[in-house]
Amino acid sequence: MKITVRYFALLRERMGCDSEVLSLEDAGPTVGCVRGLLADRVPALGAFLRGGTLLVAVNREYAAVDTVLRDGDEVALFPPVTGG
Amino acid sequence: MEPLDGKVRVQREPFDTGAELERLKAASRRIGGVVLFVGVVREFSQGHGVTKILFEHFPGMAEATLAELRDTALRRFGLIDLILIHRVGELAPGDDIVLIAAAAEHRAAAFEGCSWCIEELKKVVPIWKKEHAPDGAVWLETHP
Repeated sequence: MKITVRYFALLRERMGCDSEVLSLEDAGPTVGCVRGLLADRVPALGAFLRGGTLLVAVNREYAAVDTVLRDGDEVALFPPVTGG
Repeated sequence: MEPLDGKVRVQREPFDTGAELERLKAASRRIGGVVLFVGVVREFSQGHGVTKILFEHFPGMAEATLAELRDTALRRFGLIDLILIHRVGELAPGDDIVLIAAAAEHRAAAFEGCSWCIEELKKVVPIWKKEHAPDGAVWLETHP
């Protein structure tokens, strides 16, 4: 299955792109799986991608680390929000 | 949710606070008070000068989150009407950033509703600021 991962703000700059498509082989991957996969790939951001401050939205709704992903989902990863 | 009719917006352009106030008041003759919060770019932040701030948002989710906030605040504080506007893009010191206008029958609900909205907005609406100073630019990682 394929998912689209989107990055914002500091994370977008550090990842060097706005978004990318990831192919996942496991059945029933969770948000936590995706975070782990990206952390392994980009060790410099590993602590942040696995850490407690990172926010995640699946299909534009806030999601938890155990949220199960489906084919075609959009997973957005971003730092704490600082609007206002 | 009731129709939003432009009462929740994320936009690059400046907003007209006076015009928004009049629009809000025109919604109902039951309104007895309106509390306005306008967030403004400061020229000094966390010990350094600020030349400009870049606001980035998550299109679609930022608007949807603002709309949920509005819906919750209307019910929770019994507000008659509520406008939430946030600007994005490059803003300079003195520029308006955010407008919250809360209308109620009485002042207590209007004050409480307005205050709750700005606090919640800062926690949940996917918008980020990057402060530019004479010695470089930095994304704020936690909220001041």
